Amino acid sequence: MLGEGILKGLAETARNFAGSFVSAERLTTVQYPEQRIAPIEQTRDFPFLVYDGKDWEAGMRCVACQICEKECPPKCIYIVKSTDKKPDALGKMQIYPARFDIDISVCMSCQICVEVCPFEAIKMDTEFELSATDRFGGLLLDRRQLAKSNEYYHRIHPTEAAEVDARLAGEKAKSDAKAKAATAAAAAKAAAAPAKPAAAPSPAATDAAPAASTAPAETDVAPGGNAAGNPTLGPAEGESRA
Amino acid sequence: MSEKADQIFVLLQHWLVSLLPAGWQQPGGVVLAVLVIICLFPALFALAVWMERKGLGRIQNRLGPNRVGPFGLLQPIADGIKSLTKEDIVPRSADAAVHFLAPVVLVVTVFMGFAVLPMGRNMVLADMDAGLLFYFAMGASTELAVFMAGWSSRNKYSLLGAMRAVAQMISYEVVLLLSSVAVVMMSGSLSLTRIVEAQNHYSWGLPHWYIFTPWGCAGFVMYAIAATAETNRSPFDLPEGESELVAGYHTEYSGFKFALFFLGEYLAMFSISGLGTTLFLGGWSAPFSWLGWVPSWIWFFAKLMLSIFVFIWMRGTLPRLRQDQLMNFAWKFVLPMCLLNLLVAGLWRFMGDGWPRWVVCSAILVLAYVGMGWGEMRRKHFGARSYRYAE
Amino acid sequence: MSVVFYLLAALTVAGGLAAVMLKNTVHCALALTVAFAGLALFFLDLDAQFAGFAQILVYIGAVAILVVFAILLTKGSETPKDGVYSRNWLAGLAIAAGVFAVLGWAVLQSARVLPGPGGTPTATPEVTVKEIGNALMGRYVLPLEIVALLLTAALIGAVIVAMHEKEGAK
Repeated sequence: MLGEGILKGLAETARNFAGSFVSAERLTTVQYPEQRIAPIEQTRDFPFLVYDGKDWEAGMRCVACQICEKECPPKCIYIVKSTDKKPDALGKMQIYPARFDIDISVCMSCQICVEVCPFEAIKMDTEFELSATDRFGGLLLDRRQLAKSNEYYHRIHPTEAAEVDARLAGEKAKSDAKAKAATAAAAAKAAAAPAKPAAAPSPAATDAAPAASTAPAETDVAPGGNAAGNPTLGPAEGESRA
Repeated sequence: MSEKADQIFVLLQHWLVSLLPAGWQQPGGVVLAVLVIICLFPALFALAVWMERKGLGRIQNRLGPNRVGPFGLLQPIADGIKSLTKEDIVPRSADAAVHFLAPVVLVVTVFMGFAVLPMGRNMVLADMDAGLLFYFAMGASTELAVFMAGWSSRNKYSLLGAMRAVAQMISYEVVLLLSSVAVVMMSGSLSLTRIVEAQNHYSWGLPHWYIFTPWGCAGFVMYAIAATAETNRSPFDLPEGESELVAGYHTEYSGFKFALFFLGEYLAMFSISGLGTTLFLGGWSAPFSWLGWVPSWIWFFAKLMLSIFVFIWMRGTLPRLRQDQLMNFAWKFVLPMCLLNLLVAGLWRFMGDGWPRWVVCSAILVLAYVGMGWGEMRRKHFGARSYRYAE
Repeated sequence: MSVVFYLLAALTVAGGLAAVMLKNTVHCALALTVAFAGLALFFLDLDAQFAGFAQILVYIGAVAILVVFAILLTKGSETPKDGVYSRNWLAGLAIAAGVFAVLGWAVLQSARVLPGPGGTPTATPEVTVKEIGNALMGRYVLPLEIVALLLTAALIGAVIVAMHEKEGAK
């Protein structure tokens, strides 16, 4: 019948109105800022830099590869590489960002920087009460303000942080195992090298050329990257080193 | 005692006027009544603004303003201070004289409408023989103010909004008038005090309000629809729709002039609700005869605030109607129903007292409503979306 | 001939003069509205309530709106380049004077026919809305029906013109 929908609508809003006085599910507003609703786990606002351990400078995962700076659509990240190196979590000497600025007045929270970072160094924060009293100066966050600990990351995004930690631990374990295998193989090779120097020159020589070209590249690439774990590389490496 | 409470404002007025010298008494009384209206209805406007924001908030699952004063009661005052202290910007190419006069004309004509509303027993400012006609004359002048506002701003959106508003107001003016004509027919007078007195009788404790008759109920519904359209209120607020036309005809107004438009809109709501109360809801008469001890002006204002609440309720519920849907509705559905209502009112009058007239009149109205509704719905194809392009 | 009469007369004449002398056409239309309002106030001054309010309702509420819409929808809202005063204003003045003379003569004749303020009280009927209604439905029912027919014809004509436009576009 004509007008039925209007009456049903009026009944629904009347129910809303009356219910807002008695039930909390009809009135879902809280008195912000005295009360706050806890954000859900997938909340994301602006990026922050993760550091492991207690020292934010020493433990920062970022190695200033500048991939996030290149991929950022509004170009809100500004990185200046350092001139020296510091050891990273895996003990390898890496460069670090002397300057890492994010302009949050420009950042659009697209999370592309997080997706492309190979080092799990930049993640999304949940802080939104970042208003500043000066025009734009207070909205340019430097690396000191952006650096937040891994424990903080676990607090705001528990499942994500656990997954990232597991992945990093797995890579560390793999690279440790590889290093151990390499040292074991090198020791075995050093022991076996004087025993059979003539038995393996030609296959080793043909292997040495491609191995020599890939070996220097391997040391610069990420520790958890694409190490193929070629078993013939062990004796060839030992051969080039010897 | 209740007689005194009922007439307290009249007695107060007589006492204050008696303090003046003899020659000044009659104009003094009129000036006093005018001052009361000028102070009372803007105060009610502040209350209505507060009611609207809190009411809409609750309907939309949120609180309204609740920081300024307890329960946000001082929010209208804060709004008033804000509009008074804002810069008054007039566009350079705007027609300065007409731009200035438009809100003035609007507020003046809307205030004039309050002069004929009987707000209690013996509480009318101007008891005119053709009171209803005066009210509609003032309502018609409001349209001119709207047009002036839209045209003088030299702004496409304002002009569009003004033309739509005027077209809408003219169409629904016809409906408003015709639904009131039924009341005039039955009560035999254009004077609003006579109309209220005609409804102030009770049988078995129930009042003889016109809304409790078939033609009165239909008339009231159509009057309510026309009243919502006349005051540019949801769901007929396309002329001032914020998402379509910026702010329609009051786009280029800022500061106090905008506040005047806002005031004018709410005052128009009050006066049209007041008229609807007078015509259909019995004005200042009590709902039951045993409640007659409550002063009459309390009943009038209670019914007025109830009407405002219904306006707010409708605003929170219904989506906006498109301009052509609005006009179609007025001319093709409501107007024929109005004319039929006149016929039914005449039948009611001439069939004499008794139950047959109830059955016949109700049957005619219900059948017409259902029939026309069914006809309209059938013509709409609620299947896959079809597009109709503008020629 | 009281103060009110002179004030209203000044208002109406000023409105009428402004309606022909202003440059902006919409301003002219609004000045015409002021003249209508002046006329309505005259009616009210003479205690003709119905006529006064009907004047406001019809003239200001409908005719003035119609005039401004017509000005808007045509190019009339632009200031005319040649100035507002026409070249043969003398002929216009003569015609206006002639019309004024005829109307003035008619008014003065009717003032002689009807009794003045000091005439017999029974000759002037009490003009309430009820009396107007009775007269319309009794003595003047034929003009009423003819006007109704005219209005219906106008309405049907408007509908046909609007419909034809739609069909023409198709």
